[in-house]
Amino acid sequence: MASVHVVKPGLLTTVQDRGRWGFQALGVSVAGPMDPVSHRIANAMAGNAVDAAALEVTLVGPELVFDDERIVAVAGAEFEITIDRDPVDATGCFVVPTGAALRFGRRVRGTRAYIAVAGGIDTPPVLGSRATHLPSAMGGFGGRALTVGDRLSCGAARPRPHAAAHARLAGVPHSVPDGRATLRILPGPQSDRFAAGALEALQSAPYRIASSSNRMGFRLSGPPLAHTRGADVISDATPLGVVQVPASGQPILLMADRQTSGGYPKIATVITADIGLAGQLGPGDTIAFAVCSPGEAMTALIGQEQHLMSVEAGRR
Amino acid sequence: MSAFRIVAAGDSALIVEFEERIDPEVNARAVALAERLHVDPVAGVRDVVPTYRSVAVYFDPLRTAHDALMARLEREAAAPLPAARPAHDVLRLPVCYGGEFGPDLAAVAGFGGISETAAIDLHTKNTYHVFMLGFAPGLAYLGIVDERIAAPRRDTPRVRVPRGSVGIAGGQTGVYPSETPGGWQIIGRTPLLPFDLTRPNPFLMRAGDAVRFDAIDRVEFDRLEREVR
Repeated sequence: MASVHVVKPGLLTTVQDRGRWGFQALGVSVAGPMDPVSHRIANAMAGNAVDAAALEVTLVGPELVFDDERIVAVAGAEFEITIDRDPVDATGCFVVPTGAALRFGRRVRGTRAYIAVAGGIDTPPVLGSRATHLPSAMGGFGGRALTVGDRLSCGAARPRPHAAAHARLAGVPHSVPDGRATLRILPGPQSDRFAAGALEALQSAPYRIASSSNRMGFRLSGPPLAHTRGADVISDATPLGVVQVPASGQPILLMADRQTSGGYPKIATVITADIGLAGQLGPGDTIAFAVCSPGEAMTALIGQEQHLMSVEAGRR
Repeated sequence: MSAFRIVAAGDSALIVEFEERIDPEVNARAVALAERLHVDPVAGVRDVVPTYRSVAVYFDPLRTAHDALMARLEREAAAPLPAARPAHDVLRLPVCYGGEFGPDLAAVAGFGGISETAAIDLHTKNTYHVFMLGFAPGLAYLGIVDERIAAPRRDTPRVRVPRGSVGIAGGQTGVYPSETPGGWQIIGRTPLLPFDLTRPNPFLMRAGDAVRFDAIDRVEFDRLEREVR
């Protein structure tokens, strides 16, 4: 079986598919890509199915060597990338020859890039998914981030015209934010647990992402949010993108590796179409929250889906 | 019929909330609703998560008929409760209390002003209800603990709590399914594994189950541990 050899792992590189759905009732977190849009684009460009596992790169990218000639696609955060010291398109699709080193250099913008290898990363599925959940050490490559010397099996690539691999994908409009983003939110599920004006305060000034943030969530600092009936609720489910507020009044935005449940009031939830944008932010970056309507959330999601489907159709 | 409301959490989750209290009867409604959605799924729904007093329904908004899902949730939430499970469904968990396995047993007994033996008797006499799982794979929240041993969490959480440790946190009790940091008062350890991916069914407990603890000695613990691992 062909494999990819990890020469340098980068800061935090994990195997991720679309996530381990269906087991949250048993305490099993979903995990999956922080930026699901870029993950899907990378898989589409590599000719993979949407549920193939790819590598999520964080801030500092890896150096990888492949056992056989492979089509590889990179999407999401932009890095200077070389194959045996020859520069290649920062985000795009290319052939990596047998034994050549794919190296990530300087980061240009964004936080997380996705490396899709034609055929997908073929680690053993756990509860139906290859996604790595770091806190419970489940899935991916031994439940952990990649490290020097790891060898990851790759699946069999789908047969496809070779020339297509060199084509630069035209007009990927998923723009990667550069240190700040506006995330649209819908109030709830527990906005009634907050003082009048809290939702306005949340939108009144940007929040900075603290250095202790990770794949579980972003600890934010900015205008404090006041509760009405205390900062404890009876533990309930914690959706992706929910903004929960502990007693400090400083919100936490829950992301891919979030636990399945929690006991803090939840003032608002980031719309699904903007989750990918959030996933491109990291420590020190800022978030402006803006309430939108359910209709706007749906329109944004449909627009994003149409674009993704056109990308997938173009690469089939 | 008990009160409920349905609230949205963003554009891809609906939360059915029952009465705001920790009560096995309220929880039974949440568990029954989740069970019905599991048996007869709605197209587009990705996950159904019952918790103490609510059910989260996660769905793909592009592949779900929102109004039909809402109507189904309203109908199911208002439906009468199924009959209680028969008594033979009670899961029995053997626990070796105190000593190196239960470093907080003395503190828990001290909380109630009773002996360690009396604390063990109180922990083993109740049949507990599994309210929900969360926090980590296989971690079940059980209740309700007798108030004489319902000691609050430790002021300083432990950096490392061994797998199988049985803890108390106020009215809740439970078993650590894996080695993690934790703040519960640790009173003993079970040789059984609440979460084990090598078993056909990796999860020992599900929300709605009934559980009792049985005190065992160290010899029996060691024997059972060899048997199950």
